[in-house]
Amino acid sequence: MTTIVTDAGFGPDTETGTWLDLASDTDPAGLSFQLDGVTQIRIAFPSFADGRGFSIARRLRLMGFEGRLRAQGHVLADQYAMARRSGFDDIEIDDDMAARQPEDQWLARAEWHAHNYQARLRG
Amino acid sequence: MYKYSEFDTAFLAERNAQFRAQVERRIDGSLTEDEFKPLRLMNGVYLQLHAYMLRVAIPYGTLNSAQMRQLAVLAETWDKGYGHFTTRQNIQYNWPKLNDIPDMLDALAKVGLHAIQTSGNTIRNVTADHFAGAAADEIADPRPVAELIRQWSTDHPEFQFLGRKFKIAITGSDNDRAVIKAHDIGLQIVEQGGEEGVRVIVGGGLGRTPMIGKVLRDFLPKADLLPYLESVLSVYNLLGRRDNKYKARIKITVHENGIDDIRNRVERQFAQIKPLFSGVDQDILAGIEEAFAPPALRQTSARAFEAAYTNDPVFRSWADTNLTPHRDPGHAIVTISLKAHGATPGDASASQMRVMADLAERYAYDELRISHEQNVILPHVAKADLPALHAALKEAELGTANVGLISDIIACPGMDYCALATARSIPIAQEIATRFDELKLEHEIGELKIKISGCINACGHHHVGHIGILGLDRAGVENYQITLGGDGGTDATIGERAGPGFSAEEIVPAIERLVYAYLDLRDGGDEHFLQTYRRLGLAPFKAALYPDHQREKAA
Repeated sequence: MTTIVTDAGFGPDTETGTWLDLASDTDPAGLSFQLDGVTQIRIAFPSFADGRGFSIARRLRLMGFEGRLRAQGHVLADQYAMARRSGFDDIEIDDDMAARQPEDQWLARAEWHAHNYQARLRG
Repeated sequence: MYKYSEFDTAFLAERNAQFRAQVERRIDGSLTEDEFKPLRLMNGVYLQLHAYMLRVAIPYGTLNSAQMRQLAVLAETWDKGYGHFTTRQNIQYNWPKLNDIPDMLDALAKVGLHAIQTSGNTIRNVTADHFAGAAADEIADPRPVAELIRQWSTDHPEFQFLGRKFKIAITGSDNDRAVIKAHDIGLQIVEQGGEEGVRVIVGGGLGRTPMIGKVLRDFLPKADLLPYLESVLSVYNLLGRRDNKYKARIKITVHENGIDDIRNRVERQFAQIKPLFSGVDQDILAGIEEAFAPPALRQTSARAFEAAYTNDPVFRSWADTNLTPHRDPGHAIVTISLKAHGATPGDASASQMRVMADLAERYAYDELRISHEQNVILPHVAKADLPALHAALKEAELGTANVGLISDIIACPGMDYCALATARSIPIAQEIATRFDELKLEHEIGELKIKISGCINACGHHHVGHIGILGLDRAGVENYQITLGGDGGTDATIGERAGPGFSAEEIVPAIERLVYAYLDLRDGGDEHFLQTYRRLGLAPFKAALYPDHQREKAA
């Protein structure tokens, strides 16, 4: 089982469509032709220390992808705001992580619009 | 000087609360040690040989007296009464307890200071020319742009888990005092057709693979800076290697892919990112520039200065080495040496910090700077005040007249503190300084920059020392390699390795032989060590370093 984390906290996976799964070393530039008709993309986080997924998400948004974008794998509650600010809609974590870092630790980061230097500078 | 906005203050309070919670969550097991590590590092907390270490940012090297006094409070309350100023315009506390660090961060926040991104695989504290706003040779004060970059890079969501650390330095002068070509990104404010912009240099760095940065963009309009930096970082985050920590810096990415390929990728990304910036960052920048408006300089008579210079040889000696011309002829830039002979380079006690804060308030328009050469600068001092200032500095054991001389050594903490070190650095620096003080030769020798690193990571910048010393571990024994001819200035150059290393006992005599060789070889007293080296090359210095070897060859 997995848990889906959103701004509202923990929930079950309600998505039923087909995911395009991307590894953390994907070069988004090579993807543009594959994105036609894709509505949901999952980017793997094999380790929380591998921050490439944040830039991949941002690139996909810059390329115009408007569907569901999910970070899947070893993501920390401490990274929730980073993920949301980079363009992810939600995060999929496993049961171990959901037990070790329970919902309140994620909700503590749910107000990701606040204290955002980059948004302030972009305008 | 820049004062925190409500936004900055609220951000920092939230950030400090998050770190306090992270420490608690480490203790209750929510975070594993592996997970906690990068989180503490991005808040400036290292685990060293004997204890935790807190590295506090001094953004672009600028402090006011209240901030300096607070650094003293931290040293006394949570450390052993002193702090260590580093080569990246930070101050390190070597003995805090992990549980105290959240309180230390809150104490720093009271004066608008923080430890964010002073470590970890993040964009680090942006460094700047320590003479910014005061130097006679400056096109523009680089600090407003540095502050803008501080804001942009702070907690940037894409770049908190980069492949490796990322260092940015900026200068507003042709005379590079910020070693910009040895940074991941070096920025130089330049003018073109009456417009101010930025030259962007990428891929410099020291460490085990020293490289001089290459020009990525010769002229970037100021308004494009943040989207351009974001593009470079985005390219690096995705293209930089993650399979080998020693090949993960952007200098290797540039080296392996070529500067033209990197440039093309950055420009493509820039075209996408630029339209997302509404231009409001330029309004914010204009506000920051206002905050950095130069102080209204007092006009005073130079008579007291001239009298002291003529009559007091101790003052004269200090004035000759520790003063730099100010853009206003009635003022001087004062460098306070933290390199008293035999002391630890860059260390200051809490009481010395307070003295410097008081003197800054009284004589220097409330401004202090920390230089990457581990000294403290009072950037604007009226010449009439210099004799009184010098007297007060002497009393606090801060009057050492050695800036730019052989005892003004950069040294990393080395094996006395650092978990990565392979050899001691501080004692070598102390011995060299003490020895040349005994010989009473250093003023005769003139400008000579010695830089010492206690391991291959090169925190002591040995590659760009006129004489560089690298301490290694050879089968459990410290061994010191010498490099010659390095230069961290405008003509940035990586030093050449002179030959086999020396033991801890042999290294000071070896340096002495080098210096005597220079005194013999130089073309008059005006030719500095580096100039002589550039004129003659390695051979005569090598001969002086390895006399036995020369004899064997002759036999």
